[in-house]
Amino acid sequence: MSTTNEKREEYRALFKNNVKKRLLVDKIVHIIIFAFVIIAIIPLGSILVEVFKNGITAISYEFLTATPGSIGTGDGGIGPAIQGTLIIIGLASLIGVPIGVMSGIFLSEYGDNRLARNVRFFNDVFMEFPSIVLGIFAFLVIVLILGHFSVWAGAFALALIMFPIVARTTEESLKMVPVTYREAGTALGLKKWVITFRIVISAAKGGMITGILLAVSRIGGETAPLIMTILGSSQFFSSMDVPMDALPLRIWRLSLLPYESSQLQGWGAALVLIFIIIGINLAIRYYFGNGNERIMKLIKPGVTAKK
Amino acid sequence: MTTLSETEQKITNSIDSQISDAISPVEKKFKMIAENVTIHYGNTMGVKNVTMKFPEKSVTALIGPSGCGKTTFLRCLNRMHDMTKNAKVEGKVMLDDIDLYDKSIDPIYHRRKVGMVFQKPNPFPTMSIYDNVTAGLKLNGVKDKRILDEIVEDTLKMAYLWDEVKNDLKKSAIELSGGQQQRLCIARALAIQPEVLLMDEPASALDPIATQKIEETITELKKDYTIIIVTHNMQQAVRVSDYTGFMYLGELIEFRETKKLFTDPKNDLTAKYVQGQFG
Repeated sequence: MSTTNEKREEYRALFKNNVKKRLLVDKIVHIIIFAFVIIAIIPLGSILVEVFKNGITAISYEFLTATPGSIGTGDGGIGPAIQGTLIIIGLASLIGVPIGVMSGIFLSEYGDNRLARNVRFFNDVFMEFPSIVLGIFAFLVIVLILGHFSVWAGAFALALIMFPIVARTTEESLKMVPVTYREAGTALGLKKWVITFRIVISAAKGGMITGILLAVSRIGGETAPLIMTILGSSQFFSSMDVPMDALPLRIWRLSLLPYESSQLQGWGAALVLIFIIIGINLAIRYYFGNGNERIMKLIKPGVTAKK
Repeated sequence: MTTLSETEQKITNSIDSQISDAISPVEKKFKMIAENVTIHYGNTMGVKNVTMKFPEKSVTALIGPSGCGKTTFLRCLNRMHDMTKNAKVEGKVMLDDIDLYDKSIDPIYHRRKVGMVFQKPNPFPTMSIYDNVTAGLKLNGVKDKRILDEIVEDTLKMAYLWDEVKNDLKKSAIELSGGQQQRLCIARALAIQPEVLLMDEPASALDPIATQKIEETITELKKDYTIIIVTHNMQQAVRVSDYTGFMYLGELIEFRETKKLFTDPKNDLTAKYVQGQFG
């Protein structure tokens, strides 16, 4: 104990006593934070407003169900694109989610070794890959070998985008589950996989679903890999081996046309895509919640359990 | 630092003379026997050459200052160190006639015989009270609803929780208070019908009333179970245990009947600790 009372007085004298100034600084910091939040919201809000304002006029029953009409007439609709987007999201999720979830489980529960560290590193690199590179990869290994554009190639390319995201978010959510639950399971004489699948995952469910939805939303808007794989079409889905349409492709094509009616249809298609993504998000959150938690999750994403 | 090494020297000197008295407090059937258990964490030694025999249907308390290795030792009785990557256990732990550390042993099967209650209440957060108690059974393959109901009522009564929760067994376990959660964890551990119950400071996070209830539970359970309890609280050891082991710096210093250990400690260090001179 080398601190004497004199020294303590000396230390105390060093503290700042300008309370008023500090309260002012506190307020200013508050204001700055809010200002930046608003700056962040402005583009997001204006995009939504713009899409809604322009897109809503294009939407009609025919627009949602019909095949595209002649270019420049403003006739027809985006039926095949809606159908194609749902198919491609579904197929990609079917491939990407299980692989991603299992990789995440591996990284979190069995991940204390060299192999897992390498997998984690490459997974992170993979997550940042430009999506067009993955599109080209799918083009090379599936489209070129098959000799034609293919829905499978599109789903494969999108699944490649999906699974690193799902793997990472699954790993992070599982790691958030306190080790005490695993210990409790072990002490009950449960096998490791039972503990992982029945106890740990049920506690981490909220975070995992958020990750999956994040990945679904991401692939829902991907355009580049689809150009290389499913190309786009103006017909409804007929076979896995012919080109198919998807909303991002349709939006891209329509917005490049010089006709105002086509551009308006592009806005309409964008609005539909936004609604589909929001719809998938709400539906999945609702389905995986239970009882009162269902409503909670709609309001507060990522809620797993009350403290 | 000189005092510490002197103390250590004292321990080593005194241990040899006392160990014979320490390892067998009474003539009684022993449920569990730990022989020459040494536990390493990487390069640090957590428990040094501890030998202890736990008499059947009795409560044995492990006391000692923080970091003395009581919890580390307790966890080896259930092979919980399997979960820790760097931990290495040497020696023998006998449950009846089976060595838990034998290579041919499946720890999963034997953990079912040795239940465990942890320091912090850890009910499964996404499960109801009912599901928490039955988790060990259901996930181990017991499906008969009638049997599950029976065990839930039985174990919750044993844990003195039944009267408080019998009307809302479907309620989420995390809505219970801390003390109730801990008694739920006791019920959950009892539900798999263990023969030995390990308790790691089960009341350290609880208020006096909840602590009293847990202690009543322990006293009641003693009739059927062999209980080994780690505690920081010496009064608690006096209240609930029949035998007490005092550990210090990873070694077992003295192990005798609780009354004798507290009223007539043979070791200077034990005497100082139970008198509250350090700890």
